[in-house]
Amino acid sequence: MNKDKKILMRPKYIGKPIERFEDSKYLSGNAKYTSDINIDKMLQLVFVRSDESHAKIKYIEYKEALKLEGIIDVLTFKDFSELNQITSPSRMSNYFATYQDVVAKNKVRYVGEIIAVIVAKNRYVGEDALELIEVDYESLDPVIDPEEAASNNKILLHENIGSNVILERSFSHGTKDYIKSKNIKSVSGKFKLSRKSPIAIENRCYLSDYDIGSGNITLYSSTQIPGVIRDALSKILGIAGNKINVKALDVGGGFGGKGSLYPEEIIVTYLSKKLKKPIKWTSDRLEDFLTTSQAFEEIIEAKLFFDDDGKFISLEGDVIGNIGAYSIFPWTGALEPVQVIGFLPGPYDIKNFHGNVKCVVTSKSPTGPYRGVGRPAAVFVLERLVDMAAKSISMDPFTIRMKNLIDTKNLPYRIGSGIIWNDAGFKECLEKSKNSNFFKEIIDIKNKKKCNRTWIGYGISTYAELTGIGSKISVAPGMPINTGSETATIEIDGTGSVSGIFAIASHGQGLETTLAQIIADEIGIKPEDIKITHGDTSKAKHGTGTYASRSAVIGGGAAIKTARVLRKKILKVAAYLLETDPNNIEIIDGIISSLNTNKSINFSELANSVYSDMETLPVELRDSLYAKESYDPIFGATTTATHIALVEIDKQTLKVKVLKYLVSEDCGKVINPMIVDGQVHGGVAQGIGVALLEKINYDNQGQLTTANLVDYKIPTASEIPKIDVVHTEHFLPENLGQFKGMGEGGTIGAPAAIANAVADALSDYNININELPVNQEYLFQLLKNGEIR
Amino acid sequence: MPLIKSSEKISVTFTLNGIKLSKNIYPRTLLSDFLRYSIGETGTHVGCEHGICGACTIIFNGKPIRSCLMLASQVNGHELTTVEGIVKDKNLDDLRAAFKKHHALQCGFCTSGFLITISSYLNENPEYADEKEIRKILSGNVCRCTGYVGIVDAVLEVIKKRNEHKKNA
Repeated sequence: MNKDKKILMRPKYIGKPIERFEDSKYLSGNAKYTSDINIDKMLQLVFVRSDESHAKIKYIEYKEALKLEGIIDVLTFKDFSELNQITSPSRMSNYFATYQDVVAKNKVRYVGEIIAVIVAKNRYVGEDALELIEVDYESLDPVIDPEEAASNNKILLHENIGSNVILERSFSHGTKDYIKSKNIKSVSGKFKLSRKSPIAIENRCYLSDYDIGSGNITLYSSTQIPGVIRDALSKILGIAGNKINVKALDVGGGFGGKGSLYPEEIIVTYLSKKLKKPIKWTSDRLEDFLTTSQAFEEIIEAKLFFDDDGKFISLEGDVIGNIGAYSIFPWTGALEPVQVIGFLPGPYDIKNFHGNVKCVVTSKSPTGPYRGVGRPAAVFVLERLVDMAAKSISMDPFTIRMKNLIDTKNLPYRIGSGIIWNDAGFKECLEKSKNSNFFKEIIDIKNKKKCNRTWIGYGISTYAELTGIGSKISVAPGMPINTGSETATIEIDGTGSVSGIFAIASHGQGLETTLAQIIADEIGIKPEDIKITHGDTSKAKHGTGTYASRSAVIGGGAAIKTARVLRKKILKVAAYLLETDPNNIEIIDGIISSLNTNKSINFSELANSVYSDMETLPVELRDSLYAKESYDPIFGATTTATHIALVEIDKQTLKVKVLKYLVSEDCGKVINPMIVDGQVHGGVAQGIGVALLEKINYDNQGQLTTANLVDYKIPTASEIPKIDVVHTEHFLPENLGQFKGMGEGGTIGAPAAIANAVADALSDYNININELPVNQEYLFQLLKNGEIR
Repeated sequence: MPLIKSSEKISVTFTLNGIKLSKNIYPRTLLSDFLRYSIGETGTHVGCEHGICGACTIIFNGKPIRSCLMLASQVNGHELTTVEGIVKDKNLDDLRAAFKKHHALQCGFCTSGFLITISSYLNENPEYADEKEIRKILSGNVCRCTGYVGIVDAVLEVIKKRNEHKKNA
């Protein structure tokens, strides 16, 4: 058989919609989430949390609580005095870190901050004790409005900083000469993106098990970042890293909310060591609303300059981000606002850019990473400005975008904020969306459905994002942790079966399947025969976890690099066994064959000859079938998409309904199209939530008034339409595997597309959609004003 | 009605997934906690404990209910089915296969609740696979990962196939 023909026959698992290997355990109720683990003699924690937004703690009275049967102890800050404070450093100049006591000492800075810890035999008794504990406060003025907090130093949240602004940064590229130009036009607005909560359906949960014999600690944590947590706990608790194992079992969704270090994680671990008992805490939904890192809350003033032909000349932006009470570890509170300004210029050729950003602390829950980080706000603002510009010169929204999108031949392209876009099909995605049947259909629906009961409109958004970020760029600006590499270990055991071990931590992304597909293609085995282990710091010693659209790109790259080393080892042994040259061997679905003879062996025979049979192979060939390699893509991979939404607004109720949705995206080589589409669908659904429903509200005393799933609405099946996805594959030659990250894109593009669609539907009125979510109350106020004008 | 003391356990007898059980419980124990921690059947998940998310949905006397909104003491003399129970139901193999095929689950946390809600809907033998109707049925369960696309497709397919099968039979 000729060699080329044989290679053609080799199955390619990358690109196939392989059903997920993870699914069976979930479908049978046999998955193991942290809250499903219960250990003998385990104690439960219940936290006494601040019900004041900004206050000094005068005293805590808990004598009555201690009398309850089943209460082991009530602990306050003095019981944790040996622990270091939580602080998140940054290399950025003009950045001021905040310091948070694990249990508040003198002062609380948001409703929900931990004041005392009840150690109880069970949660029920612990909550009884909570009723008996009294905390006396000396109230301080709350710090609520970020604009006011930024300009007024009279009420300080962190006195040591001397200001409520923990970071101010400016970007400037090009000139401001255009202002003098006669033909210059501009559109501008003051935009607001409301605060939101990530809302994974599984609440956070931690269980720490201390082994008295060895002194080892196992922390079961519903985290996205087990490696980061292990390293942080080692520092805060002063325990060697090899004595702490952080295990993320099945994790019920993350979306960024499980991607930071939390005080509860530290307390659970510390107390299990101190009390020599398993200690568990399971958040309830109220605690999740109060304490899981929130997102957004930005005020963005922006102005887009363009000429008569709609060619963009300059973009100016001023961002104020309300980061909440503390700068979160490890990302810092600068993570979101700085990236809003950083991504503001988008995928467009804009020669001049002038931006400024302020990160302001207030007495609200800390913000942290949320799916899309910075990009949903940036894209919302820019894409609204683009549509406003198009409307002002009566230009079609596609034409103005096509005119200004960076052409593929001009890539790589450095945008005004310094981000470099590499190979991606900006224009291709836009063109594909316009030429799709989908677009013809929505125009048809828009024309036909014109009626007295509803307004109907469509909106588009085009964006670019940076994914799979290597070591040259920080995922969070100035962050001192390298998140640019991942390691893969692949080994073959004595039975010939293959295991892949990764430090990434899948929490719904299907990485057990996609990483197996990648390794299968590289080695020549079936994906279902590969066992993938992840989210366990005792198995993978270094690596940070799953966030920032990195796991397929960096973890996948590490899988390829490692599998190639292992394959060489396999070929070397097989060449001896098959009495041929390594170049004359092909491996197909686990059968290793010589191309010039009929001889073949399977992996069991291969492993047997290496590990067990001491006669067949010479000693020097009995090297373990094991490889471990790290991969760092150095830079990031540019992912892009165009979204189109068709919406209908009920004139009576002012409820906005998304009727149809299309995503035309380029995420490089698609590993598993079923999983990619699933990530897009889920991302868009969350983006629809951002656009229409989800709003965290604090009152003027800093009390959270949207602390349950009735007041804080998230989309159900009735609010989400069918979502169509079309793909473009632009490859990045430098990256192993050509993969680009894509798990966040849906949430990035959807708020802008829907805002534009609502604006289109209401184009007869003199109003501007510059706030999200566009809920009924907002539209009511807007239309009332619009009619008056 | 005799006064129940919160500190004294009461006895409940009920049928769980076809098996008759008797347990002594504190009267204030939530049904969801009872299933997860006293019985040890952790396939029933708890997402909000205020009846919105639907992750804790189980079947109570043939109807889907929220186990987080009931007390364990209320199940005395009644029949319960959880996700562990419907696993044994071969008639639902088509639904589980459709969930895999259409990628109707990602993190899996809401999946048990969806399977219970859908199995109960399928028991009503819907005559048509109507997307709008299915979305309405599903709107009592929240999924944060899939955007419901795969879940809706899976249910549509199962109904269509079952109805075709009936026609041919």
